[in-house]
Amino acid sequence: MSVRMLPAGHAALLVECDGLAEVLALHDGLARSAPAGVVEFVPAARTLLVGVDPAVLPLESAESWIRRTAAALPGSAAPASTLAAAADPAAGAADIVTVPVEYGGDDLHETARLLGVSPEALVAHHVNAVWRVAFIGFAPGFGYLVSDDWPFEVPRLEAPRTRVPAGSVALAGAFAGAYPRESPGGWRLVGRTDAVLWDAASDDPALFAPARRVRFAAVRP
Amino acid sequence: MTHLVVDAPGALTLVEDLGRPGFAHLGVAGSGALDRGALALANRLVGNPDGAAGLEILIGGFRATFSGDAWFAVAGAWGRARLGGRPVAPYTAARARAGDVLELDPAERGIRYLLAVRGGIDEPPVLGSRSRDTLAGLGPEPVVAGRVLELGPEPATSVPLIDQEAAFPPPADHLTLGLLPGPRADWFTDAARARLFDDAWRCSASTDRIGARLEGPTLDRAVPGELPSEATVPGSIQVSTSGQPTILLADRPVTGGYPVIAIVAPASLDAVAQLRPGQEVRFRHA
Repeated sequence: MSVRMLPAGHAALLVECDGLAEVLALHDGLARSAPAGVVEFVPAARTLLVGVDPAVLPLESAESWIRRTAAALPGSAAPASTLAAAADPAAGAADIVTVPVEYGGDDLHETARLLGVSPEALVAHHVNAVWRVAFIGFAPGFGYLVSDDWPFEVPRLEAPRTRVPAGSVALAGAFAGAYPRESPGGWRLVGRTDAVLWDAASDDPALFAPARRVRFAAVRP
Repeated sequence: MTHLVVDAPGALTLVEDLGRPGFAHLGVAGSGALDRGALALANRLVGNPDGAAGLEILIGGFRATFSGDAWFAVAGAWGRARLGGRPVAPYTAARARAGDVLELDPAERGIRYLLAVRGGIDEPPVLGSRSRDTLAGLGPEPVVAGRVLELGPEPATSVPLIDQEAAFPPPADHLTLGLLPGPRADWFTDAARARLFDDAWRCSASTDRIGARLEGPTLDRAVPGELPSEATVPGSIQVSTSGQPTILLADRPVTGGYPVIAIVAPASLDAVAQLRPGQEVRFRHA
């Protein structure tokens, strides 16, 4: 795949890809082959920030490693297959986080109507899809989840809510997510979960950490 | 154990250390003292490790009482400090006795005092840091009047003798900051890129720990439209749709959708923390 290197200071490179599928593939490829001195990866919709300790891994060396890794990955001409599954073929079902959801959020029926399906069918798609956390959005632990099994593009609310309760399971664009804390928001609410989405006291504070695989499971109220 | 009772926090007093790096992928910025060098200096003056938690005190009007004997030092902003009514020299270690009251007047130079106390402020760490992140709401709550701050155990190292001339107060007039290239410089017109360096800017009154807003000419875009959100580093200068630049600081959102035209060089970033509203800023190539 082709990538574009953008400057991001003395201790990071911003790598621009053709799209999200390429970002995810590159993230996986780099995570598997990271040399000493790589400090962090921060994925986003079309870019991956690679943070380094330049005293251990000079930016020039980091750049050549990133270019080499990207060159070995299939280009965007190839089908950008299976965001969730192809991410790491070695990963088994045990690595999939299951999130219990009580479906029936404020927007479930209206969203299903907009998409031309029944609420039951919308829930079935949501439950049957294997999701992958692509990147974190506007709040700590607010993961943007994508899935090849998800055929819908969900319009955001015309007027965002000033207050979305914590635990709300929501849809927007091609993404699924859940609100780790109460906040304003324009995503459509289709259910709620009791899962702990964010725990700052934990060593693994975000349930939806980038690259993690997720399934939703319907539970009764 | 000795503690510090804050009687008056002034405009805004926060517990800060050198922050929590490594959580950007989970949506958590590095946070930490805005003037990292000043915190490290204040800590060294009292024999603490550089990253011990201290207080970041905006403007001044601060008053606190020591419950027991303790070494402390004030760095960063330059202003009048008194201990028990007697003047204390800035950027030097001083010894407080039990019951002594420390007062910080409004800063004359710079705007953020960094107060270190020997042993450090011992608040519970969150994600490995005692820093308050004002955007994410992580770390110790902002300090309110009456707050009792515990101090940690004394470090093994003694209080060193350091030449107080080793540090200089923030400049009173204009400030010149070094810039590195930004990832989206090509989203701006040649004229905008030139104006960034040629024109004078002023620090806006709405500057905070999230970002320093700059007032000046409009920076016009060559590429219209929206940028999908992408990760930023501290010092990134993002330019709003209306063409106004903001230097993103320690508590910034981890990703942003405005193009970054340039990045304040790490060596210049501490100085941004001491910008006063209305102060003139100029940029040069780092």
